[in-house]
Order: sequence, then C-alpha cells, then structure tokens
Amino acid sequence: MPLRHCERGQRISSETAPELFRRFASCHDGVLVPVTALLFLCLTSFAFAFNFPTLTGRVVDQAGVIQSGTKSDIEEMLKNLEDKSGIQLVVATVKSLEGSDIETYANQLFRTWKLGEAKKNNGVLLLVAPAEHKVRIEVGYGLEGTLTDALSSVLISSDIVPRFKTGDFSGGIARGVDGIISILNGDSAEWQPKAAVRSDDHFSNELIPILFVVIFTVILIFMIGRSLRAGHDVTRNGRRGYVTASSLSGSSSWSSSSDSSSSSSSDSGFSGGGGSSGGGGASGSW
Amino acid sequence: MSSIVNRIGLHRIGVVLALVGMGLSLSACGYNTIPTLEETAKARWADVQNQYQRRTDLIPNLVATVQGYAAQEKSVLTAVVEARAKATQVKVDASQLTDPDKLKAFQDAQSQLSGALGRLLAVSENYPDLKSNANFLALQSQLEGTENRIAVARRDYIDAVREYNTALRTFPTVLWAKTAFSGNKPMAEFTATEGSEKPPQVKF
Repeated sequence: MPLRHCERGQRISSETAPELFRRFASCHDGVLVPVTALLFLCLTSFAFAFNFPTLTGRVVDQAGVIQSGTKSDIEEMLKNLEDKSGIQLVVATVKSLEGSDIETYANQLFRTWKLGEAKKNNGVLLLVAPAEHKVRIEVGYGLEGTLTDALSSVLISSDIVPRFKTGDFSGGIARGVDGIISILNGDSAEWQPKAAVRSDDHFSNELIPILFVVIFTVILIFMIGRSLRAGHDVTRNGRRGYVTASSLSGSSSWSSSSDSSSSSSSDSGFSGGGGSSGGGGASGSW
Repeated sequence: MSSIVNRIGLHRIGVVLALVGMGLSLSACGYNTIPTLEETAKARWADVQNQYQRRTDLIPNLVATVQGYAAQEKSVLTAVVEARAKATQVKVDASQLTDPDKLKAFQDAQSQLSGALGRLLAVSENYPDLKSNANFLALQSQLEGTENRIAVARRDYIDAVREYNTALRTFPTVLWAKTAFSGNKPMAEFTATEGSEKPPQVKF
C-alpha cells in the first residue's frame, strides 16, 4: 500500500533528494554512482503518493463547483473565524481522491497543509469530492471535543448532503461552513480561557531552557575570566575547548534547521500553522 | 591558598568543557537518534491502544441501546460482548513491542471484535425504530470516527516502527545500534489485513 509512505515521502521532498544525490556522487564518483542512482530512484518512488492541490487560500476549489460570489462570502466567514478564535477552517474540493477512501485522503491532506496552530491543533478541513460523491469534515486533535464525530455526522447528513443531492454544491458548502462555525462558537466561551492558560504554560516551558543556558554561559565566562586573570598556561586549553564546543553546537543547529525547511511555502500569505489531525470527524456520501 | 583554589577551579573548567564537548559531539553523531525513534514508536503504540480502548468503551452503551430494540438478536449481541471481554484481556505493553506473537494476539482479538461489531451494525439495519433512535445514531457516528482514528493511529505506528527499524540497520545509526544500543531489537509491525483497517460500512 503506497499510501503509508506518503508522510515520509513528503519529508524526502524533491528538494532534498537531488541534494543528497549530488553529495553522494561528489564523494564517491566511479563505482558508487550506479548504486546512489538506484538509491535516488528508490527515494523518488516514495515521494508524493498523493497529488494534493496547493493551499492557495481558505477555499481551494480544485473541482470548480463553488460559485465565485459564494466563494468570497465563505472566505470572509473563514477569515473572521480565524481572527476571532485562531481556528483555521479550510474548504477544499478535489477532482479525484486518486483511488483512496476519503478518510485517508482527508487525513493526509490535513497533515500536509498543517491546518491549525501547532500547539493547539485547532484546524478543520471540509473536503468535498464531487466525482466520488463523498464529503468529509476532518477535525484537528484540539477541536475533537467541540466538533465531535456525532455533531459532524449530523451536520453532514442534515445540512450538506441534501443540497449536494440536488447539485447545489455552493449552498451545501456554505451551510456546512455556517454549521461548523456555529458549533465552534457555541462553547467558545468555555474553551478560550483554557487555551489562554495552555499557551501561558508553553511560554514558561520555553523560558526555562533559555534561563538555564544564560546562567550556564555567565558561569562559564566568569570561570574563564578568573582563570585568565590567574595567568596560567592551562587557559589556552580551556579557550580552545570552548571554541570547539560552540562550533559543534552550530553544526547541530544546522541539522535541525534543515528539518524545518520541509514546511511548505505560501503563495497568498495564507498557510497552515503546523496543526495535525488524528482522524476525528465524520464522512458522508450522496 | 588562592593558587590552590584557582587550580581546583581550572580543573573543574576542564571537566565541564570536556563533558559539554562530549555531549555535543555525541548528539551531533546521531547518538540520540535511536532512543528518540524508539520513544516515538512507543508513543505511537500508546495512541493505538488508546483508540482501541476508546472503541471498547463505546460498546456497552451500544449493546444496551441495540438490546432495547432488538433483544431477540441474542447470538449477535453475546458475540460482541464476548469478543469485547477477550479483547480487553489482551494488552501489549510498550516493552513487549519487539515480540511479533504478542502483537499478533492483540491484533487477532481486536479484529474479532471488529467482525462482531460489523455483524451487530448489519443486523441493526432490520430495525427501523433503532435506526432512527438519536442515541443509536450518535453512537454509530462515534464508532465510525473511532474506527477511523484507529486506522490513523495504526498508520502512524507503522511509520514510526519502520523509521526505528531502519535506523537500527542503516548507516550511520547502525554503529550505535551495534555498540551502545546492542540490546535494542527491531519492533514488530502490524500485519495489516486488507479491509480490517476500514471502518464497518454503515448505510442509512
């Protein structure tokens, strides 16, 4: 099943693979080139199991079923929602599910787009596949308690599917978005303070290592300074050790920055915030 | 007196710097990779078990609801209850993940429960009153959602295990696997039976 490779395949993006190949090839030209070429082929066969549309905005209408007037209305509503609560709700219509079931496709798409904030995972994806007659609301981890499977299911069967049956995609999607927003706003008073407390926690958690490093550095400088004043020969060793340590930490930060380069770029200033989903939500068909 | 203090201080600087240097060089050479991947895989396994547990927790409520409308479907109902009891007995601890037999026993018990649940939902199709019961509908969508979460958690676990097992066998992490972590064994993957990952089909 190639679907499982998707997540990893994305990480080994087309950017890094040739880079890797070039480095290998320059190191061991001659015998190893065919081997690395084979490796390169293997890598690319993993990449992009799904051909996802790019996240161009809050409404990605690849299938072209939403009327332009409705589209701008929905975008306005979605922008309001994010401004007020930080929740990223994105509507997507796709031409094809590429042979997959909508649950897998929606989950992979959600994780590729990284909807919602990374810390809160407060993203929602409304995915419509007109060709397959399938619709799904995929809910991020952080909103599973609010937009439950049962509520999503009711919303799909009562508000969305009846309109889709008559071919009214714009109306169905607009009603669906309306319903999702009203559910999310329903107990927003309850979860907003909680979120504030949680982000406070994160702040202090991030502060502790920084404080630690600062204190450590101060002590180190103090000790080196004192030993320099003592005028011993050993200080040179100490200083050399210090330099190598900092150059090593530089190399380790390089490796982590190459990791983060996998996050996708945005075209119109809108992009996912790093959220993830564990398969919450509901699907429907018509 | 002060020169002795200084000398002790200098000695300590040397030790501290050596420790810092060693720590940094170890992490830069991939010493941390194997433990990190191992912990990730174990965490993904915890997710898998959580989601199965969540399904197990839904069942008593579901059985009670169905019983109210379709008490005569005794064999199907008892099959679900028995499969649930069996599934709750098979637990796989994170330290037992290297044992493929354990994992297989777990998977067998859970897929038996999946089958029994599928039959229960199929039977409930014959009872219009049950099908229109709000409680039943809610439970049904929760069950579908949970099955989907199980599929996602399993996929994540399989990915994490694959990454960990690969690290144990590939350069440069294999050097650490053979020396510092020579006790680490590859973890067992799910033998995904086709169709068992899909939620039971429910038609309205």
